[in-house]
Order: sequence, then structure tokens, then C-alpha cells
Amino acid sequence: MAMAIRSLLIFLFILSLTVPTFSLHEDQVGLMDWHQKYIGKVKHAVFQTQKTGRKRVLVSTEENAIASLDLRHGEIFWRHVLGANDAIDGIDIAMTKYAITLSSGGSILRAWNLPDGQMVWESFLQGPIDSKSFLFVSTSSKVDKDNTILIFGKGSLHAVSSIHGDIVWKTDFPSESFEVQEVIQHHDGNTIYVVGFVGSSQFDVYQINAKNGELLKHDSAAVDGGFSGEVSLVSRAKLVVLDAARSTLLTISFQSGEISFQKTYISDLVEDFSGIAVILPSKLTGLFAVKTNTATAFISVSSEGKLEVVDKIKHATVISNVLSISEDQQAFALVRHGGNDIHLNVKQVHDWNSDLLKERIKLDQQRGLVHKVFINNYVRTDKSHGFRALIVMEDHSLLLLQQGEVVWSREDGLASIIGVTTSELPVEKEGVSVAKVEQNLFEWLKGHMLKVKGTLMLASAEDVAAIQGMRLKSSEKSKMIRDHNGFRKLLIVLTKSRKLFALHTGDGRIVWSLLLNSLRQTEACKNPTGINVYQWQVPHHHAMDENPSVLVVGRCRAGTDAPGIFSYVDTYTGKELKSFGLDHSVAQVMPLPLTDSTEQRLHLLIDANGQAHLYPRAPEAVAIFQREFSNIYWYSVEADKGVIKGHGLKSNCDGEVADNYCFGTREIWSIVFPSESEKIISTVTRKSNEVVHTQAKVIADQDVMYKYISKNLLFVATVSPKASGDIGSATPGESQLVVYVVDTVTGRILHRMTHHGSQGPVHAVFSENWIVYHYFNLRAHRYEMTVIEIYDQSRADNKDVLKLVLGKHNLTSPISSYSRPEVTTKSQSYYFTHSIKAITVTSTAKGITSKHLLIGTIGDQVLAMDKRFFDPRRSVNPTQSEKEEGILPLTDSLPIIPQSYVTHSHKVEGLRGIVTVPAKLESNTLVFTYGVDLFFTRLAPSRTYDSLTEDFSYALLLITIVALVVAIFVTWVLSEKKDLSDKWR
Amino acid sequence: MEKAAWLQVFALLLVISPLHAFQSDELDEEFGLEGGNLQPHERIPDPVVPTRSTPNRVKYSDSDSDSKIQITLEHAFGDSDFFPAATFSARLKTWSHGAQTLTKLRFSRNSFTEVEKQKFQKLLEDDEFYRIRLPSNVLNPPGKDFVISSVRARCLPRDGLDEHFVIHTEGVNILAVNYGSPGACPYPRQLKLPAKWSFNSHTVLKNSEQAPRTPIFAEDLPGEQGEGVDVPPPERSFWAKYWMYLIPLGLIVMNAMTQAMNMPEEQATGQSGAQPAAAIQRGSSPAVRRR
Repeated sequence: MAMAIRSLLIFLFILSLTVPTFSLHEDQVGLMDWHQKYIGKVKHAVFQTQKTGRKRVLVSTEENAIASLDLRHGEIFWRHVLGANDAIDGIDIAMTKYAITLSSGGSILRAWNLPDGQMVWESFLQGPIDSKSFLFVSTSSKVDKDNTILIFGKGSLHAVSSIHGDIVWKTDFPSESFEVQEVIQHHDGNTIYVVGFVGSSQFDVYQINAKNGELLKHDSAAVDGGFSGEVSLVSRAKLVVLDAARSTLLTISFQSGEISFQKTYISDLVEDFSGIAVILPSKLTGLFAVKTNTATAFISVSSEGKLEVVDKIKHATVISNVLSISEDQQAFALVRHGGNDIHLNVKQVHDWNSDLLKERIKLDQQRGLVHKVFINNYVRTDKSHGFRALIVMEDHSLLLLQQGEVVWSREDGLASIIGVTTSELPVEKEGVSVAKVEQNLFEWLKGHMLKVKGTLMLASAEDVAAIQGMRLKSSEKSKMIRDHNGFRKLLIVLTKSRKLFALHTGDGRIVWSLLLNSLRQTEACKNPTGINVYQWQVPHHHAMDENPSVLVVGRCRAGTDAPGIFSYVDTYTGKELKSFGLDHSVAQVMPLPLTDSTEQRLHLLIDANGQAHLYPRAPEAVAIFQREFSNIYWYSVEADKGVIKGHGLKSNCDGEVADNYCFGTREIWSIVFPSESEKIISTVTRKSNEVVHTQAKVIADQDVMYKYISKNLLFVATVSPKASGDIGSATPGESQLVVYVVDTVTGRILHRMTHHGSQGPVHAVFSENWIVYHYFNLRAHRYEMTVIEIYDQSRADNKDVLKLVLGKHNLTSPISSYSRPEVTTKSQSYYFTHSIKAITVTSTAKGITSKHLLIGTIGDQVLAMDKRFFDPRRSVNPTQSEKEEGILPLTDSLPIIPQSYVTHSHKVEGLRGIVTVPAKLESNTLVFTYGVDLFFTRLAPSRTYDSLTEDFSYALLLITIVALVVAIFVTWVLSEKKDLSDKWR
Repeated sequence: MEKAAWLQVFALLLVISPLHAFQSDELDEEFGLEGGNLQPHERIPDPVVPTRSTPNRVKYSDSDSDSKIQITLEHAFGDSDFFPAATFSARLKTWSHGAQTLTKLRFSRNSFTEVEKQKFQKLLEDDEFYRIRLPSNVLNPPGKDFVISSVRARCLPRDGLDEHFVIHTEGVNILAVNYGSPGACPYPRQLKLPAKWSFNSHTVLKNSEQAPRTPIFAEDLPGEQGEGVDVPPPERSFWAKYWMYLIPLGLIVMNAMTQAMNMPEEQATGQSGAQPAAAIQRGSSPAVRRR
């Protein structure tokens, strides 16, 4: 046993010697990496009112995060990101110490400890059907001594004890399709009224015993007009609903035991009403708001059920939650836009005309409209009521308004990035001197003295802290000019909120942001979404006087048949250059490897009808395009049909109007997967801008293998349809994973391999001539990663030196996909412990540096693994020459070395993607990881072999040289003297 | 010791076996090379025109386990419609576990008619696509859809028209057909008319390969391995072992030597400034010690 341990230790030791890990030292954290925490667009906010937590607000977001924020600064106290399919339906505070969340369609109820966010309990609620879900926490603890929470979810009503999460009682309703709209607690606390609809025309009221859930009484009434589903509760016994046609308001009174309706036409209340109306969700007593096409009308309801318009507001308006400021006083906030400002009014529910607060706040125009408002009160120094409002903007940012000012803001749009690209920074202009950067000589000297001290280990703890601080805020890395090594760049990110941000890679600050007006809701374009952002113009020749620009492609609504939108944005200024709507849809966007004379990249767009459109629309672009016309091929994957098709271009397309920039396409090849046995789950190609340094790979015995390098390769993974669900839904016998490597020009299947008893999800990365993919092996009950390497045999006989000398080789002949490829593949599988969220590979400027795989693990971290672990030529006992080549001994599983987490102590919550960008310095690569959080770092997979490290002390080198020169002279003089004295002796 | 040896053999087998696994497992992969030697139109004297109305016929033989089927290959010139061009005949083998696979593929090509020759010539001139297709299911064609493959027509002509088919099957389904010239098709493609208008066809039927299995090591294998190679790892060279002692020793020797050299040089010091500098560069400690 001891032997085993010893040999294992020796093995690990050897491994640690052979594999360069780029572990960081503690003091290097934050030098070249940054981490930003976000939460996403706030869906709901609850202010903590108890003494200790008064400065906090609890929020739930669309990124399924729940967080406790500091009201003073907007920082996160604690945060939990629930899974991607665990959407939060409601949050509330129970017993003043627990945060309650209801998620996953009303089936999971959790309680979190408010001060620190620890989970206290969790309950699973079961029910027969999926339905709307609803969380109701009793506000007055007087009434409800048991601290029960009422939840409507999965078609039934549950009462859950908030102390330990036990289900106290559960009530199913006789009618399965009963949709609860409101739960009302009676004054005495013993009965609960549950009101809702069955279907679209029956209104039901249930009386339920609050102690045991017994159904006491059931009333129902049918309405001929039907309901639209929107409800506003105006008192304990009165509801206002809209009818199905959205033109009539129905006031329903129900508490006295019978249900009575009262109809009011909206056109009677609002004169110029036409079209449809929407009830804005609110819970004001005796008041509700109706939004029509022209204005928002506030309508009061008297106790007899009479409706009366109290005000009409023309501008876009948002209503906040209701805040009880005293026993009988209720307040709410109203936010509307007026010009460039927003107006915040806090009003009492019963008294429309008096304003408790009236403020006018100037806001950044790039934030768009106000989407949500939550208000909270506090006691001012003069004992009067003060109000603060938390507002959620169109760009998903979160702002706190107090005393007419924006106290803080959070750019939470960055939690939902959908596209990333990079842009170079401006070139350094003449006249920017070094002296400007190094403010003064004394500071500079002091800094270097400190560094020298640190190097000589003479520094005290304070000095070390000073050195660290100096390193972190070194202005060098956050300058707005291009650097020699290409470390400083702009990350241009497009978010779900249709806002474009430019982040500086040095420190992650937002350089500019732009809410794309072209992607905003208009009459023609109801529900615009962004697709991606592409590099449009990257000036090299005119880098001094032209700015690069990016292209943002969007479409009017979800679905590939919606018309597209183009927007060009200057990446230095952040201004939209131009934008226009397209007259065709966008199914595929292909940046071509061609640029025109102004260095605009040619893009080919494929629409839903299979026609190709060329951009930019200029005769010059067409002329360039025509030269490569017959060599342009692409593929399309129809995953639901199980078909992959290859396409080529035909002549101009035939429409009514001659269009020089539109081309017809034709199908060249197709692969049809049998629907009963295979389902496409993943397709991966090589990055189009990847650089490969050499095609040849010299192996151990001085032999050469030629990598099969083609840009037109596609990796496809299919699973048997039964196994396309979650892991465990299929038995090993009925699940299999088949992988293909397809040439996308000819449709040739170069490699095909079956993994029996395996299933997805498959995450794959394709680089150079290899593919690494990750899947689950059901037989071994473990995740596996497999590597496929493809080698070209047709060039294998180029090894003869004589042939090379005589020029009888085929190395310079152009490669055609139509030649029959002679390829061999090598493959090997390894076990891997983690399930993963994303996988990518480092990319460097020239492709010389060895590659590392970057794996986004389930724990939301990024793990870097040397590609050598994925070498298919690893064997149990590598020969001496193979060892020299760097082949590791074969192991059945891949080691996870804790130091190789590039995110070190950070977590990128909700990790969705990893982007690698080459720096100009060959050994370095920039890594940007995004999810709910953002993380950026710089990696050197083979260490920085081509430059001195940034903290290299030039001063120390200089001092050493000077000292040596001085020493030379001193010793020379001394030896002269000694010689002289010797001679005199 | 014997146990260890057995384990080693076992481990070796585990590693080696995946390499050989797919050769033994792939009973159903067969190569049909047909038409390469025979002129297709010699075997089929009259390409029957009427069959074109029923493009995809399937014939079954009487045998239960093995049945013969025919698959029609259709071709198109450029963007024209597809017409039958050839037939594959194959045996449909039914395995005991119910799976069906295609074996013994034979291919017979109809020769080009005059019209087709002209069309093909046109394709050659325009460097256009010659397209072929097969049904995606051989039992009830065309199945879900046809699988299409195409090639630039200029890739085909050599002496005759050389063509190469790779048909990827999965049971009775055809996933894809890869069609092209059997060798290289160098770019830019030169216009070359075939000497003979006869096809020289090669056909390969391909099934999926088994993925190599993940090597499985026994839990205690590192320990066993350690016992197996009980003797310490291969003897390192003397230098590799003792370099850390040798280098200081060398330095001391060199130091001593320079000092010894200094004795006779005492008289001649200071003649060249480079010499002391060299001594200092070698390391400041000897220089210090000297004084």
C-alpha cells in the first residue's frame, strides 16, 4: 500500500514537472484579470424593512438570480444564481428573517436567511398540472400566527410553514383548469378567499379555511363576454377585469356570498379610445390603471362599484408597488418620461391630487425607458417621510433614486451577453510623451525603489501593500491607446437588452455604451432582437485616420423568417454610423474572407428563402465577390429534420426588381440522418480566423505527420432520439452517440464513429486538425472526453529530402476539396470528472504557442488543460523518444490540477461562453468569459517565452550593471596599486 | 510477481484491443468493386428507357434472412432534373437480433446517351456540377429525402470517366453518398474531354466504426505497476545524477586555476583591461576571494 502511494506520489511529482501550469501567485491576482459581478434584469424587488436589514433590498432577476443589494452603494451582499431552467416566479420576505423564493413553475419553494443568504429550507410542491404560480406571504403577523405561506402552483393551493418549510395543507380545486388570480385573506384570519377563472368565461370564488385548507364555500358565475386574463384587485371584495375583446371593464364584487358584475365601456370613460386596452398590474385600493393606445388612465372605483377617471397621462408611465406608510395610508410611485428627464411622483392612494414627493431626475439617454419601479420609504432627519425608488430601465440597468438624484446605478444588462467581438484601440498619436504617464520623476524613482526593495526581500508589509496597489492601478494597462503587445483592446459586447457596450480589457471599465435605436420597438418591428455583432471594418492601411466599426445584425422578432436589421457602430466613439431595416430575413450571416478597398469586410447573408445577399451593397464589393463566386460554399443544419445540406451559389436571383446584390443558391449535397436512430445535437466548426503555424508534426522517430488542415470541416454529433433527454432517461442499450467529421464543400464524411451506451449533451471544440468533445458514458457512469486527430496521408511521402530539393513534392500545389482525401484519424477517450458548460481553445497570433483547452465547468469556473493530455498517441509506457516528444503516459482519466483554474478564486456565475482572442505577442492569449458575471484574463499557455514579464525590474538590471562597471574600475585601480607596491618591494 | 506480469499483459491487451476491435467487429463492411474491369454497357446491352417511370424499385428475393434489393442512382446535369443513371444491387442481410444491413454491393452503370453526352460536355465547358442522388432508405424509397452529392464535372474525366462512390449506411438507411473522382482533382481545374465515354466506377460501402474504448486501469494499478518495475527507473548518467556537485567543484577548480595562473601573471597584470573583466563576469565571488 505504501508502495502504491509512493509510486503515485512520484508519478504526480513527475507530472507536475512536465506539465506547465500557469498557476498564479497570490500577489498576481488582479494584475491582468478582472471580474465583474452582475445579477441581470430585476423582475421583482422587496425592501427589507426591519432594523438591521433596512439598508438592503432583495431582488430576483430574469437571469434566475436572487440577490441582496446594499441600498447605499448597490453592491451585492449575497447572491445565488439558480439553474438556467429554474425561473423565479416570486419572492417575498417571511417572518422578517427569511427570503422566500418560488421557482420552477411553482414547484420549488426555498427560504434563505436574509443576513447571509444561507439556504434555510427547501420544499418541493407537487401537483397534477402546470399552471400559473403565485406566492402569497401574509404581511401582518397579527393575523397569521402560524406564519404560513400560501402558494398556488401546479394547479393546487399549498400552505407551507415558513419556519421549517413543511406543507401544512394542500387543497386541490374541483375544476382542473381553475386559474387562481388572487388570494385574499379575510379580516378574521380564519378564511381565505381564492378567486380565479375557469376557462375564459367562468368566474369562481372559493372560501377556504385558513387552518386546514378545507373548502368552505364555492360560488361561480359565467360571463358572456369572456376574460382577457388581466385582473386588478381594488379592494378585498372587488376585482376589475378586462373582457376578451379588451374594450369593456367588468367590476366583480364577490365577498357578500354572491357574485355581481358591473359592465363599463372604456369608451365611456376615455373619450378617444379605440383599439385595445391593457390593465397595468397594480394592487392599489380603489384605484387601477388602464393603458390604451393614446394614454394611461387612472380610474378610481367607489364602494358602489362606480368607475371614475381621475387622471390621464399621455407619456409612458410605470406604476410602482404599494407601500403602506402608516396604518391607513398607502402610497405608490408613478414614473413618467418628459423630455430628457423622468418625473417621479409619489402619491397617496386615496388622494390623487396631493403628491407626497415630486421629483425630476436627469438620466442618461442611453438607458431608454423605465420598465419597473419599486419604492421604499425612510424617515428623514426631520422625521418626515422620505422616499427612494429603485427603477429598472430598458437597458436592464438598475438605478436607485433618492432626493432627486441617481444614488447608484448597476449595468445589469451585461449579465445577458449574446454576442462578443473585439476592436483595436486607437494608435498612439504623435506628441504623447512618456513624462505625461509617469507623472513626475520622484514618484517614478520611489516606485522603483519600492520594487527593488521588494525584489531584495527588504520590504516591510506596508511596502508590499504599496507595491501591490501600484501594480494594480498601473495606468499602463488601462490606457486608451494601442499597446505594442496587443493586450489592450476593446471588447464590444451586445446584450439581450439591445445595448452595445465597449469594455476595456485592461480593467473592464465601460468605455462607451449605446442603446441601439434601430433595434428598438417600432410599429413595423414589434419585438426586435439582436442576433450577433460582427467586425465590419478593421482599418490597417488607414489606421491613423479611420475608425474601425462593427456591424450589429438583428431581426424584428424571433424566428428566422422575420426581416433583418443592420446597424453600423463606430467602435472608438460609440456612435451609430447608420442603420437600416432589410427587406429580407436573416437565417445565416457569413463574414467572407474578402475586404473591399476601404477594408470593409464582405458579408453574405442567407435569408429564409435560401437566397444570398451580399453586403456592403456596392458595385466594388460585387466585383470582388464575382472573382470568388464559384468557390463559395456553405452548409445549413436543420436539426429538427435531421438534415445537413451543402449549398453553392447560382446566378443572380430572379425577382421583380433586378438586384445585383442578391444571388440564387442551389443544393450541392445533403446528409440525411434516419429519424428513428439519430438526432443532431451538436455541430461545431473551426474558428474562421484561426492561424495554424505548421502543417507538419514531427514525431518521436524523426518521422513527420501532416495535419489535415481544412477550414471547411464540420463536426456533427448525433444521439439516438430516446437518449436526447436528460442523463438517465435512456438505458445504455438504447442510447448511442455517433460523431461525424464532414467536409462542408463536398459533403464527404471523412470520419464516422459510434460510441455505444453514450449520450449527450455534447460539447465540442474544433481546432487545427483535432476535435475534442465531451459526453456522458452511461455504461461507465462517467463523463468522457474523446479526441479525434485527422492526418493527411497524401502528403506523407513528402518526407524525402531529395524530393524536396528537386522540387518533386506536392506541398505547394493548391488543395482542392474535390480531390479524394486520404486521411487517417487517431482517437482516444478519457474519463473526465466534471460536467461542463462550455469548451473552447486558446488562440494565439501565429499559432506557434501550444494550445490549452479552456473548459467551463459546472462549478462556473474555467479550467485550462494542456492539449497534450488529449493526445491520442498517449500510451501506457511511452518510449524514451516519445517522452522526449512530450507524450504523457496514458491514464484513464484526465487530471484536474487545482492550480490550472484560470478563474482562480472567482466564479463566473451562470457561465455561458468563453471567447479567446489572440494578443499581438505570440505567447499570450486573451480570455473573456461571460455569463451572469464577466471575467477576463490573459493567459500564456507556454509561459511568456518571447518577452520579459511585466514586473521585470529594469532599474535593478541597470543598477547591477552600473555596480559591476564601478566594481571593475575599483578592482582595476586596486590591482594597479598592488602591482605598483609589489614592484617597489 | 506472476500476478503482476499477468496484470501487465491484461493492461496491454486492454490498450491494444480497441485498435483491433473495429476490424473484427465490422463484419458488415464489404467492398464492392464493380464495373472497374467490365464495361457497364457491355453487361447491360440495352439501357432500358421505360424503367424511368418507376425510378426506385425494390425487389425482394424469397430467402428470409437474405434478400436482394436494388437501389436506383439518379443523376442530374447542373440544375436539371434527376434521371435514373445506374442501379446498385445489394443483399439485405437480416441479423438474428433483427437488425438489417446491406452487403455485397454491386453496381451497374448505364452508359451515357447522346443527349447526356452533350449535356455532360456542356458541364465540362462551364465547370459545372454533375449531381447524383440516392434514396435515404432502401426499403421504402426515397425515405425521408434523397441524399445528394455532386462534383465538378471536370474532376471526372481521365481516360474514361472515373468515379468513386462512398456510401455511408446505417442499417437500411443511407446517410450520405460521397461522390467524386478516385484520385486528385487539382485546382485550377483544366478542361479535358474524356477519351472514352464509359464509366470506370469504384464503390465503397461504409458503416460506422466503433469508438475506441476508454482505457480502464484497475484501481490499484499504479501500485502494481510500481511492484512490476521494482528496480528504480533506468539508471541515469553520471552527469545527470551529480551535476549539482560537479558544477561547484568545477567552479572551485577553475578558481584555483585562475589563482595559479595569476601567480606567474603577477608581473604582467594590467596589460589588458579585458582580462579582469572576464574574471568578474564569470562570477563575482572568485574575484572577491582573490583580493
